[in-house]
Amino acid sequence: MSKILGKTNRLVLLTLLISFTFAGNPLKYAKPKLSDYGFFEGHMANHQPANGVIPYDVSAQLFSDYALKSRFIVVPNGKQLIYQKDGTFDFPKESILIKTFFYPADFRTPDQNIRLIETRLLINTPEGWLGFPYVWNAEQTEAYLEIAGERLDASFVNYAGDQVDFKYSVPNFNQCKGCHVNQNKMEPIGPKARLLNHSFDYVDGAMNQLKKWTSLGIVTGLPEISTLAHTPDYNNPEDGSVKERARALIDINCAHCHRLGGPAETSGLFLNIEETNPTKLGEMKPPIAAGRGAGNLNYTIVPGAPEKSIMIYRMESTDPGILMPELGRKLVHKEGVELVKQWIKEMD
Amino acid sequence: MNNHLNFSMMKLIQALTPLLLINGALFANLEKDLQTQFILAEPGDTISIPEGHYQIQGTLSVEGKENLVIRGFGKDRSILSFLNQSEGAQGISITNSKNILLEGFTVQDSKGDAIKVQYTDGIIFRNIKAEWTGGPKETNGAYGLYPVQCENVLIEHSISIGASDAGIYVGQSNDIVVRYNEVYDNVAGIEIENSNNAEVYENYSHGNTGGILVFDLPDLIQKKGGNVHIFNNRIESNNLFNFAPKGNIVGKILPGTGIMILACSNVHIFGNTLTNNKSIGTGVVSYFMTEEALNDSLYNPYTADIHIYNNTFDRWPGFPDLGYDIGQLLAVKYGRNTPDIVYDGMQDPENPIGLCIQNNEDARFTDLDIEHNFEEWYSPFISNFSEEMSPHNCGKQHPMISTTK
Repeated sequence: MSKILGKTNRLVLLTLLISFTFAGNPLKYAKPKLSDYGFFEGHMANHQPANGVIPYDVSAQLFSDYALKSRFIVVPNGKQLIYQKDGTFDFPKESILIKTFFYPADFRTPDQNIRLIETRLLINTPEGWLGFPYVWNAEQTEAYLEIAGERLDASFVNYAGDQVDFKYSVPNFNQCKGCHVNQNKMEPIGPKARLLNHSFDYVDGAMNQLKKWTSLGIVTGLPEISTLAHTPDYNNPEDGSVKERARALIDINCAHCHRLGGPAETSGLFLNIEETNPTKLGEMKPPIAAGRGAGNLNYTIVPGAPEKSIMIYRMESTDPGILMPELGRKLVHKEGVELVKQWIKEMD
Repeated sequence: MNNHLNFSMMKLIQALTPLLLINGALFANLEKDLQTQFILAEPGDTISIPEGHYQIQGTLSVEGKENLVIRGFGKDRSILSFLNQSEGAQGISITNSKNILLEGFTVQDSKGDAIKVQYTDGIIFRNIKAEWTGGPKETNGAYGLYPVQCENVLIEHSISIGASDAGIYVGQSNDIVVRYNEVYDNVAGIEIENSNNAEVYENYSHGNTGGILVFDLPDLIQKKGGNVHIFNNRIESNNLFNFAPKGNIVGKILPGTGIMILACSNVHIFGNTLTNNKSIGTGVVSYFMTEEALNDSLYNPYTADIHIYNNTFDRWPGFPDLGYDIGQLLAVKYGRNTPDIVYDGMQDPENPIGLCIQNNEDARFTDLDIEHNFEEWYSPFISNFSEEMSPHNCGKQHPMISTTK
């Protein structure tokens, strides 16, 4: 498809060949620096994608302490994602998902004074998907692999003009899997048909992402796009009812653990968007193994009473022993909490 | 030459040791160093937790490893403190692994569970201490040693102190041995939940709210536990106030409970010494006693096939805990001499084997028969409680089950 992509692939292949002598060590699938992959042209911090590096976004996003994110996908030359009946994709080996987390100094001027924090790669290796965090240097010229994660001082001014200071947490290699695990295997979370089924502003004009991927020849087996579900953008009241948007929010923020096959299945609380059983969704469901996360409340959700619902209590907490999700959140997602409160309030 | 080098290295390390104990930056380095070793470990590796008292800020995680040993220099010599934990709920989290041995170290003051192990086949805790150092408090983490959805679990010679749920908690697991441990100042000392083939013996459970619990709860993945043997344990003075955060099922445990069997079948309780547990020596109750709604059609809320034999019950005369409905009922009916074995009478109608009680010296019994005696919790017909134990003498000869496995 492109020269750079071709080169990238050869490099990946070379790395794989060399590294088979170090069995068991995940580092063999990763390069030490982000620039080693050649994903971006020019000044790397500008994220000008090289040919074959395709930008995308998802309609409902994981909340990560208000970080903004840029996403890209790399599909090996001549290979295709295969659409699956459940709305996910089967990715060819050596596919790479790239996600950069960044903050503007002031959210009221979101395109100025940007600081890139980290870039996470999800690489489909011969051993399955593996996640690698790269942390940007202060000069914003390079990002380095930090397999054990990192804690960084971060700050921004929010839309209301308040200064927010906190410790940003870069996940370690294991924590990547902690969220991306399904039935003991790692898998991508964002690139599902229902989360991609909306328009994206490409350099050459806006287009539905699934149409674009089809036209680029990187996906196969998609049914007619108009028949596919679209998960609403929970921030956009035009994009769905309160219930639909709240379900979208808890799906993307909770269901990677809270579903059958996820690490929080032990709780019996299933928050994936497909779930229809009210008890499994938390209605009048007593907590299991929640400890003080239960906050002296009796049920995950008490319809009509967000203040009595453990779900809200844990979303509003910043105590590591109480807050949910367990990883990647130091701040309260105020707008998200309001939406879920509204949903619970409107329940019968 | 080499020896000389090693010797000077040792000198240097000795000189640096005091620095390690006071320097926060070096603490952070140990955390990162351990986490990196956990990530890069090869099968067969032993990772050493150095001697000393270290502050750790985030959950240390082990994921997808096989044949790994994590070993300290002893419970009171290698101490990982999570007092200032800023992220992750657990102290140590182990997932999706095989044959992991944890030995000889302490995890203190984690915000959530001290050591959680999930989806792991072959996990040994040996000489491990899980501890909340501020005494029993609602803000302590839920579980001390916490294997869940595991196979082949062994927990031995370990100590758990101060958990706001259970000191040792084995949930939704199979093939389990819990032995030679000491648990105190927890809400539940030891809890076996929705688990199969568990041998719990020669533990010392004292000063908790409840000594040993065997529960089957609804709405879980592994629906049913069974084949659980609780034997030769010392279960003493479990009279601690219940400090579980409300909403948790153990919050319903009456202070002064020795052993509590909830909605289980195929459980044998024998050879235990239950001393001065002031409210209920051993309780056998259905899920109906929790007064929670039931929405899980695959769940069996009854008890059946429960055997209580060759135990020694001993308590000073005194009131049961009066802060709970059941305690008040028992006090009204029995005053300062509450019975040792309390049964709610809710036997599984589908299971022919009921509650079997034999040869517990002069243990006293009551059947609350809640199906017939309670229209509402506040209008019980306590005069109909039955102390008649003979219906529960199943005449069976119980073989002593070997303590070696």
